[in-house]
Amino acid sequence: MANLILGLWLAPALAIALILIIRRPRAAAFLNLAAAIATLGLSLALLARAPAHPVVLGDHFLLLTPLGLWVVLCVALVYVLASIYAVGYMRLLAEEAPRLPWFYALFAGFALTMMVAPFMNNPGIYWIVIDLTTIVSAFLVGFERAAESAEAAWKYIIIVSAGLSLALLGIILFYWAGTFSFGPVYDMTWHRLRLMAPHAPHPLLLLAFLLTLIGFGTKVGLAPMHTWLPDAHSEGPAPVSAMLSGALLNTAMLGVVRFLTVVDAGGLGGAGHDALCVLGALSLVVAALFIVRQTGAKRLMAYSSIEHMGVIALGFGFGGVLGIAGAMYQMLNHALNKSLMFFGAGNMMRAYKSKDMRIMRRIPQFYPVTGTIWLLGAVAITGAPPFGPFQGEMAILRAGMAGPNTWAVAVMALLLIVIFIGFLAHFRRMVAGPAPARGHEPRLVLSVWMTAPLWLALIPLTILGLWWPPLLWRFFAHAAQVMR
Amino acid sequence: MPTFAIGPLAASLFTVLAIVSLFLSFVMLGSHWLKNHIYAFALESWTIAALSAAVAYFGHYQELYIIAVLTALFRGSLLPYLLLRLLTSLRLEREFTALLRPSSSLVLGTALVIVAFLVARHLGTRITSDDRIVLLALTCMLSLKLIGFLMMILRSEAISHILGLLVIENGIFLGSQILVPGMPLLLELVILFDLLIIVLTFGILMRYLQRHAGTTSSRDLQRLVG
Repeated sequence: MANLILGLWLAPALAIALILIIRRPRAAAFLNLAAAIATLGLSLALLARAPAHPVVLGDHFLLLTPLGLWVVLCVALVYVLASIYAVGYMRLLAEEAPRLPWFYALFAGFALTMMVAPFMNNPGIYWIVIDLTTIVSAFLVGFERAAESAEAAWKYIIIVSAGLSLALLGIILFYWAGTFSFGPVYDMTWHRLRLMAPHAPHPLLLLAFLLTLIGFGTKVGLAPMHTWLPDAHSEGPAPVSAMLSGALLNTAMLGVVRFLTVVDAGGLGGAGHDALCVLGALSLVVAALFIVRQTGAKRLMAYSSIEHMGVIALGFGFGGVLGIAGAMYQMLNHALNKSLMFFGAGNMMRAYKSKDMRIMRRIPQFYPVTGTIWLLGAVAITGAPPFGPFQGEMAILRAGMAGPNTWAVAVMALLLIVIFIGFLAHFRRMVAGPAPARGHEPRLVLSVWMTAPLWLALIPLTILGLWWPPLLWRFFAHAAQVMR
Repeated sequence: MPTFAIGPLAASLFTVLAIVSLFLSFVMLGSHWLKNHIYAFALESWTIAALSAAVAYFGHYQELYIIAVLTALFRGSLLPYLLLRLLTSLRLEREFTALLRPSSSLVLGTALVIVAFLVARHLGTRITSDDRIVLLALTCMLSLKLIGFLMMILRSEAISHILGLLVIENGIFLGSQILVPGMPLLLELVILFDLLIIVLTFGILMRYLQRHAGTTSSRDLQRLVG
């Protein structure tokens, strides 16, 4: 098992080393792609081999839990899709060609940090790795070196670092609470935090949890700490946006959920779940308001990420087997669907030479297949059947009805409808709308690298919408059981 | 609960060092000259290094000596040096567009210290009867945190934001030396290096900003809204 994890880390690490030695854009793109495919294979193997209960490996350094492995799978999936897409997309940025090896090295490095974080058994080390993801991805966001990218990268790193400093304070308070049970010097692990929680003073436990919730919540993009997210997601190159949205946010959500299990163990679960529900509902409110009045295509997708993180937070906040299963299902569906949406947005942005949705008109007329898939993706991401997100959101709504936070169910249902209308109104205008002026028609020919990932995301999304595999259902049930 | 017995001498030494660092954060809050900020930050880091050494001596935590030396080297010398270099290369001297006058920021800072004290007392009284050192550590930790955030809110120069963040980190470090002196060495070391990487990243990004956005003030970074 430890060998598989090592392989999972070595594949991107090796790719980085080779990319930096060879320094050719084309070779770099394919090395990165090879690493991505290897990590996907290894993460699937891990998922198949791992036992249903949490395992500690490597001198108490590594922790395998079903939820952690699930996050790793989501990261690997997005990494593969984004790497395929990057081959075609980054080639269009002709002026950046000499710096492309750096891009791919950073890209693989970003994936590597996200593959490391879920396995960390020590919350402190987990914090550090999450901090590293921020640093690596800030350079990716600022890669294009326009004024907007520099501004977005700066806001991203400042806001997220400030948020994470709160999480660090929370972790130190957790450690301090543990010294009452274990003495002054002990190795902090997730398991130990859960053991000490029942003996810790309640105000301390609650304060520590709220600090970590705000801290990692900033990284997840929960409102009102979401302000970096639309900028970073819209200004980075499209493959980076997909990685940020589909992979990174889940990796940070894992931390929130793990700290939630600690307060659960401490008998303060009610307050913890309520806090998570409030942040989730607030994220939906903010997302709905900004989606309705959005003009930028990628910003629209970014606010939709805030929405989905809100939905997933509500899933974990509602709790229970159904809530956790729904949230995990939604993690996978969102990872696939949001990659599709960002790839489509990237394609149209390059085709129409603008980020503005008011310029992108009559898309199916010029791109019948790609345009249609993008439109279907939009239907899926707003939670309409027969696609995966519909199933996930329904499960979460049902879980909420069973719990104490029924107000959040009402808020969520209402706002999902608002978002459905607002989001698809933009797409209606892009599909129909007045034809672009003569001479301004898009002429870009999309390569297969830029269209294949859309298919690769849409097909599983449809399958997951029509059929929730019993195997997955059992896996989620196990994951929910061991989380308690 | 500090995890070792503290004599009166140790207690007063810890108190003085903690209060001095709190005071230095007010120096930063009250001055608009960026160089002063960096000097105050360096001094604050040295004070915290002294505190680490004191805790190591009185509490017999040998590995805290290493932390003390590294804190003085990295936070007290290398980071301020890097920041000063950044300052000269960007030709910045002072914060021009702060939201409040220095005197008003000082008053606000005082109010935040009181808030921090109230929160700390609430936590402290529930935990141990009356351990003043714990109370002080918690107060300083939370105060520096709030003051750091205040600096980031009131100032608009990018370098002031970095300094605000560093003050926050200093606060966490200060508190953790007293509250959890036994925290594993590895963790503290990695956090120190992490900080160094962050500051280097900030430096690079600030040069990006200067070159591509033509400004390092958040007041002028208004392209991305909505």
